[in-house]
Amino acid sequence: MNTKDEIKSMIDKNDICLFMKGIPDAPQCGFSMTVSNILKHLNVKFKGINVLENENLRQGIKEFSDWPTIPQLYIKGEFVGGCDIVKEMFEKGELKELLKNKSLI
Amino acid sequence: MTLTVKEIKELISSSIPDANIEIKDLMGDNNHYAAKITSKIFNGKSKIEQHKLVYKSLKGKMGNELHALTIITEGK
Repeated sequence: MNTKDEIKSMIDKNDICLFMKGIPDAPQCGFSMTVSNILKHLNVKFKGINVLENENLRQGIKEFSDWPTIPQLYIKGEFVGGCDIVKEMFEKGELKELLKNKSLI
Repeated sequence: MTLTVKEIKELISSSIPDANIEIKDLMGDNNHYAAKITSKIFNGKSKIEQHKLVYKSLKGKMGNELHALTIITEGK
């Protein structure tokens, strides 16, 4: 499987999928930690994927979404944003709304 | 290799000429910045599209020479 298909399959298999540096219980970057903590705070189940374990994935995810930074959050197969957007959506209550609309809360 | 506030501003202004840009060097290390950018080109666009326009203006430097840039975008 090529990297693009691998990413596609991870996003399809997990309703809430976070590509991050480190793992949810031990993030290795402040921005990844912020998004991971927001998801924990909302009490939703999510899959954290550590891009530091796989260089192909680390580069591949940037090309997949045409987005140059990590973390990247996907909900029901759709790219939601990086740390700034997710944080802003959380603060405005829009992230919770989105998760509710997708029946994930 | 790092970028200065001036260099970041120039890059953004060259792609988004009407942009009002405020940049803070968060830690004084030329490596962690926050930028607030206001422009008409953001009107009617999603946040993802707005941030992509900013990333494009930085011509591949984001995630490379530029490690951390918090972005806040607004239409005018």
